[in-house]
Amino acid sequence: MAAISREEVAHLARLSRLAVTEEELDMFAGQLDVILQAVAQVGEVAAADIPPTSHSVPLTNIFREDVVTPCLTPQEALSGAPDAEDQRFRVPRILTEDVAS
Amino acid sequence: MSDLTRMTATEIAALVAGGETSAVEVTQAHLDRITAVDDRVHAFLHVDTEGALAAARAVDERRAAGEVLGPLAGVPVAVKDVLATRGVPTTVGSKILEGWRPPYDATIVQRLRDAGTVMLGKTNMDEFAMGSSTEYSAYGPTHNPWDLSRIPGGSGGGSAAALAAYEAPLAIGSDTGGSIRQPGAVTGTVGAKPTYGGTSRYGLVAFSSSLDTPGPCARNVLDAALLHQVIGGHDPRDSTSIPQPMPDVVAAAKLGATGDLTGVRLGIVSEFVGEGAEPGVMAAFRESVDALAKLGAEIVEVSCPTFAYALPAYYLIAPSECSSNLARFDGVRFGLRVGDDGNRSLEEVMSLTREAGFGPEVKRRIMLGTYALSSGYYDAYYGQAQKVRTLITRDFTAAFEQVDALISPTTPSVAFPMGARTADPYQMYLADLFTIPTNLYGGPGISVPCGLSEGLPVGLQVMAPTMADDRMYRVAAALESAVGTFTPPAL
Repeated sequence: MAAISREEVAHLARLSRLAVTEEELDMFAGQLDVILQAVAQVGEVAAADIPPTSHSVPLTNIFREDVVTPCLTPQEALSGAPDAEDQRFRVPRILTEDVAS
Repeated sequence: MSDLTRMTATEIAALVAGGETSAVEVTQAHLDRITAVDDRVHAFLHVDTEGALAAARAVDERRAAGEVLGPLAGVPVAVKDVLATRGVPTTVGSKILEGWRPPYDATIVQRLRDAGTVMLGKTNMDEFAMGSSTEYSAYGPTHNPWDLSRIPGGSGGGSAAALAAYEAPLAIGSDTGGSIRQPGAVTGTVGAKPTYGGTSRYGLVAFSSSLDTPGPCARNVLDAALLHQVIGGHDPRDSTSIPQPMPDVVAAAKLGATGDLTGVRLGIVSEFVGEGAEPGVMAAFRESVDALAKLGAEIVEVSCPTFAYALPAYYLIAPSECSSNLARFDGVRFGLRVGDDGNRSLEEVMSLTREAGFGPEVKRRIMLGTYALSSGYYDAYYGQAQKVRTLITRDFTAAFEQVDALISPTTPSVAFPMGARTADPYQMYLADLFTIPTNLYGGPGISVPCGLSEGLPVGLQVMAPTMADDRMYRVAAALESAVGTFTPPAL
């Protein structure tokens, strides 16, 4: 049985903000199925009582001294932006017209 | 003077310091070599001719003013395109960052500049460092200088190929699952993955933050150690950087080069010398083990049973972190924006931008990670993989109670032909079978050339405990003293 369906891959693409094509969906569905069946092997390991490791370095709450240091100018920070206006990043429309009106 | 591009970094630095050549002359020789061969190798995505010559002139002026130069001053270095370089294009091998010129330098790049090294340019890589062949670069593949029809490894195939093609004596890579060591192995060069947290990630474009580790690449072990010393050490700008002094990797490489391993216990990982590797690789590995024993090392076999689950655990953890990290590519602050016609919503523009900007492997991993992290699947996939990570760490800890370092082949096979695995992503993943456990544990690992199989290089991997990077350099340098270095056929 397949680990993942074409419909599930389409849903993942939407969650991932990827406007994939129909051809890509066909390709990814098959490939992700192979990969998922392989990585599911982790389930064979008896690990019920084992604590998870998120990170190999056990450091927490690393802060620097609260002192002013040099940083980017607004011009530098905006230098790579696709669109900018009045020292701010300009974004496409974020509200639907219904809500906006 | 003999060919400057064939020299070690150590030799070049000595000639520059002694005034027998200039940093400009050295840099020009490497730029000329790039011009001569890189249309066939394609190791570089961007060559910074003006920046390199300016940096070289600055070194020559400092020397003329009587300044005492550092151990790598005037030595050219190629930098993987995963590190931010101020004013110099940084693409991560992706169309989504095409044309981006970062407004700041990564800490490692800053340290390279401070040390007087000369950055030649940015090297090719699998997009976002996801791949094992450099074929997933959005700008076309890099070719292996040993055989241009074969892959140079990945993701850092550009850095490794630049070394093997004598375009640079030093290079920087980054290793998340083997992206420094595996390209090193298949190009006959040295690649070291430092202890996680031993080299700064500030300015490294993030793929999998709990695994990403930048490190040195070179044609010999001492040069790698010298570069490691320049780039390594605590960085307050990286909150996962280890606030401790680095072990003296240069002294360890020099000690190893004396060829004496008396009293050193080495463990062969039993799970990695079974049927996993091809016969030619195993033959070269076995000969190297004999060489290490002749140098005085005591060799035992050590079993690390959970290593068998490292690859599946890695391909849940790394994609999960990638799906989160790559959310920042939203077409707002930097890089590509597609489909912004004034009518489409932010979310539509974002989806069209990411669709156009990311290649297939990056999309696969983002979706895989999104799946593994989604409620309902989290415990069985991401959560379970994190528990397996704990068990792999315990295997390492137990092994290092018995031995000083672990050894294995670096890769299961020699460089495979281009195109052989691109249609089957999971086959591509298997290239990192032996390198991945170290990333999950966080300790250091190095690949050092150990022989040839069918005329192609084979690498031996040395893995050491966390913050014991010096041990792997000692063993690698000792092996190098016994087997020598390997020179590819003329291009």
